[in-house]
Amino acid sequence: MAGHQTYEEQKALVFRGLMILGVITIVEVVIALLAKGHLIPGVKFTEGFGHYMYMLLMVGFSMYKAYFIIFYFMHMAYEVRGLVLSVLLPTLLLVWAIIAFFQEGDSWGKRRELIRQKDEEVVKPSPNKPQGFYQLPGTAYPSTTKG
Amino acid sequence: MADTSVAHAHETDAVHQENGSAWDGAKEPFKASYGKLMMWYFLLSDAFTFAGFLIAYGALRFSTPTWPEADFVFSSFPFVEGHLPLIFVTIMTFVLIFSSVTMVRAVQEGHRENKNGVVFWMFLTILGGATFLGCQAYEWTTLIVKEHMTVSENPFSRHIADGIYLNPDGTEMRNPDGTPKTFAKGDNYLLHKHDGKFDIPLVKYTSGEYAGQVMEAGLGPKAFGALFFFITGFHGFHVFSGVVILTIIMINAASGLYVARRNGYEMVEKVGLYWHFVDLVWVFVFLVFYLL
Repeated sequence: MAGHQTYEEQKALVFRGLMILGVITIVEVVIALLAKGHLIPGVKFTEGFGHYMYMLLMVGFSMYKAYFIIFYFMHMAYEVRGLVLSVLLPTLLLVWAIIAFFQEGDSWGKRRELIRQKDEEVVKPSPNKPQGFYQLPGTAYPSTTKG
Repeated sequence: MADTSVAHAHETDAVHQENGSAWDGAKEPFKASYGKLMMWYFLLSDAFTFAGFLIAYGALRFSTPTWPEADFVFSSFPFVEGHLPLIFVTIMTFVLIFSSVTMVRAVQEGHRENKNGVVFWMFLTILGGATFLGCQAYEWTTLIVKEHMTVSENPFSRHIADGIYLNPDGTEMRNPDGTPKTFAKGDNYLLHKHDGKFDIPLVKYTSGEYAGQVMEAGLGPKAFGALFFFITGFHGFHVFSGVVILTIIMINAASGLYVARRNGYEMVEKVGLYWHFVDLVWVFVFLVFYLL
């Protein structure tokens, strides 16, 4: 409930929200087009440090938009502390999920080459060991053509 | 005599309040009704579902050597030929922001017990949600019908190294002016379908670990199409169910149901939380699919 605000203040908040979210979105898209080389010929941030900064900036803008929506549009700023913490603290688990799964994905990527090599390797079958080895589903890119 | 006992009762009540906890029962420790609290926890669980999908996107993107670029894939616009990267999806984002803003207005009018205000702003919100769904239908139709992307086939990709396009007989392909038809590492391409089959060009790489080898510049990472349709589809389904629920609540509000409840149109506030959450998720879908 936002009973502590006057009606005029509430309407002002709505307008401010529209401005903040709208302006950030426009800024994001302009920076994205600039970084991908659509605005100024020859200017591009798709590799290395520039790309890293670009991604950090985009995540930062999005986090701010999320903060604004949760705290002002969804009135989290006016809720009791216990409610705020019980809803927001569990999302911290996602930090670990992101680190763990991105690391895992990176490792799948590195093993693609190993799998390709193993695919082409000729192994003499051993009578004692079980045949075959574990392989990730899907194909490694790009597909090679023989001949 | 009667007066003193009443005073006494008040006194014990006050003592009880000081010593007891807000969690003893019969109170709302979080100063929010059961329904509103449970809406928050549902949204928390839903956030984890979406986070799971988006983290899967990240993990699979990290695992492939190449990934289509959003500004190449999402560059069509209704009635416009040629490339307009990210413009259409920006408009979709604005539609959702506007509908979120009108929802805030509906909740505010609810707190003022203004029935007509609630119905008016909810109607605009529903209109925004329906517009967003229409935009998404256009986006999906373009990708499926025109560009032949499905959950298992993705014709968008990028070259993993510099190279030259080859003719089917193995000779180098030439531009009309006679220069070799080359491409650079990271260049986007879209494969076209003819008679139900993708035209997959032969290429010879001139850099990177495959330098000198003749290969097919084949279909892009399969996961891209599947992730796109599942994640934006799941979000679109949330928008759709949001529009349905908003319509029901708007009809209820118009019928005067919530006037009788005298709780500041709390039902509108709860569906408002859900609607803002849909906008919140779009912030991250937009970030992951279109910006990064």
